[in-house]
Amino acid sequence: MVWSFISRTRGRNRFDITDWLTWGYLIFGIVLMFGPVLWVALSSFKTDAALAEYPPTFLPLSAQTVTVPGYDKPLPLYEVTGGEHKGEVLAQIRRIGLNAQMVDPAHPDQKINVNINDRQPKRQFAVQWSNYTQLFKRFNFMRYFWNSVFITVVATIITVIFNSMAAFALAKYKFKGRTVVFLLIIATLMIPPTINLVPIYLVVNELGLVNTPWAVIWPAVATPTGVFLLRQYMLTIPDDLLDAARMDHASEWRVYWRIVLPLAAPAIAVLVIFSVMWRWNEFLWPLIVLTRSEQFTLQLALNAFQGDLQTSWSGLLAMTMLTLIPITIIFALLQKNITAGIAQSGVK
Amino acid sequence: MLKPFNSAVQLGYRTAFGLFEWPMASAQRLVGIRRIAWMFLLPNLIIFGAFTFLPIILNFFYATSGSDAILLSQRPYVGADNFASLLSCTNYLDPNTCRRDVFWRAVYNTGWFVVLQVGFMVLFSLLTALILNRKIPFRGFFRGVFFYPVLLSPVVVALIWKWILQRYGVLNAGLDAVGVTPVDWLTNANWAFFWIIFVSIWAHMGFYTLILLAGLQAIPSDVYEAAEMDGASRWRVFYRITMPLLMPTMVVVLVLSLIRAVQAFDEIFVLTGGGPGSATTLILQYIYETGFASRPQLFGLAAAASILMAVVLLVLTLLQLRATRSQAEG
Repeated sequence: MVWSFISRTRGRNRFDITDWLTWGYLIFGIVLMFGPVLWVALSSFKTDAALAEYPPTFLPLSAQTVTVPGYDKPLPLYEVTGGEHKGEVLAQIRRIGLNAQMVDPAHPDQKINVNINDRQPKRQFAVQWSNYTQLFKRFNFMRYFWNSVFITVVATIITVIFNSMAAFALAKYKFKGRTVVFLLIIATLMIPPTINLVPIYLVVNELGLVNTPWAVIWPAVATPTGVFLLRQYMLTIPDDLLDAARMDHASEWRVYWRIVLPLAAPAIAVLVIFSVMWRWNEFLWPLIVLTRSEQFTLQLALNAFQGDLQTSWSGLLAMTMLTLIPITIIFALLQKNITAGIAQSGVK
Repeated sequence: MLKPFNSAVQLGYRTAFGLFEWPMASAQRLVGIRRIAWMFLLPNLIIFGAFTFLPIILNFFYATSGSDAILLSQRPYVGADNFASLLSCTNYLDPNTCRRDVFWRAVYNTGWFVVLQVGFMVLFSLLTALILNRKIPFRGFFRGVFFYPVLLSPVVVALIWKWILQRYGVLNAGLDAVGVTPVDWLTNANWAFFWIIFVSIWAHMGFYTLILLAGLQAIPSDVYEAAEMDGASRWRVFYRITMPLLMPTMVVVLVLSLIRAVQAFDEIFVLTGGGPGSATTLILQYIYETGFASRPQLFGLAAAASILMAVVLLVLTLLQLRATRSQAEG
């Protein structure tokens, strides 16, 4: 039944060459798009020893050990692959030159000599949770996480309020200069912040914001994309609704906050998704204005750790995973809304 | 479980309303209902003014002044010296003969990067969109598969690939297993350049696929039905119907991706750091390093370079405007 579903073709009966190519491409796509992330996820649970192994193993494995009576430390287990003890599982006591002195855990008093080429380490599936826990103990992960969350949430709230206010003014009032203001705001689409890095830094510096989260938040809260998106949506809200409220002596602020904002919720949702994505992933501007490590966002902390030779891959991979998990969860929950929002507005 | 969260949001919403109502209502009494629109525009205009319009003007002051001071009053006027220094070359085709050789390397790298990255990305996005536009089961899921990397942060993308591409990484292990000699991917200049293109296509392709898919789905199905009635071959349908009708969307995708490729920085900076040497240094990284990462901070030079980049972006944006207008006019 599953096969008949998958092999369904467009009105034709045969599962022809283009269908094979399509499915080949799609499966290749899954491997190429998810594979790297999955590989990092698996790797993030490995011990440092397993990470240094070449060629790497697929699953996180670690050497199996056994406690043998008469020995203080747990001994590593090996499977003998050749010689007279072939097939047996023995614990290694020590290596002497080309030979390993081993012992059968069932008969601890009898020592056996095995050539080191005749044995394979016994390994078991083992998840190294400490890669993750060390982030909280040693790397101050919560600090960076909090910085990122603070910037994302505060900037998104301000972005939505400021942009919807401007959009409301441009959509629902007729006043002198409206077209000029609208064109001016749209024109800023042509001026990406990357071409004004130096003077924006001066402004932020003069305001005394360098090395505070506000240096990241303020410069980008007024987005032309957001104003445009919300204005186009608010144009579809009938003016009669607003006039009815004005008849009841509602102030303009009340009209905006109580009537227009709730009605514009679908467009606001799109802007919220964009804003969260922009802020959570932002890199170059925070890199310029946040230079003290206690102010770092997650992205900056990740970048700083990867440049630091002291950092092991185990911590870095675990931190990479923790940084991509929130976005992955949001994506899994809101996939449809995100893709629909982007397809409609053509912005990112 | 959501109930306390909901009521907290509602409380916040009401508090915010109360907080602003009094000042906004007083403002309304003061300026009258006709001019209240400006009160609504004010916050946005202040931010745009301070962080977009003012900086455009200041950028020219920086570009025409020297020294490493950030305050304009402490910067001596040097005229066009910064531009002259950037543009002084004995042979423009050879960055080694230029006074700012890294700048010219970055310019050439960016040029190659833009052409190759945009070219291949649009090609693969189109192919993927065409495939996703077929009647396949789990279409929503597959659309999500190709879109997923778009949401990942550039730093995460770079680290994922760095882990795969390292000398003792999984890619080399795979090659080793089939008998190919492993390569040090990110320390070989040509391979590093290949991988920055590959990784940025991997990360951004899904976005353009989505736009192209929306374009494909906007093509009315009766056109295809008519073609099928006439017994047109698949290639003919593609060349004569799909491509011409998709052209406006293609142009938008092309221009959007060009604009973003010119400003590429994040993934590449984390993946290769611009190296080996300056083999993968792009123009924005040059601006960042000249103005902010190196000492002394040459703000003037960075501003001059960003004005040159702005000129390129302006041309591309005007192209985009023309493209969107012709699309709107059909």
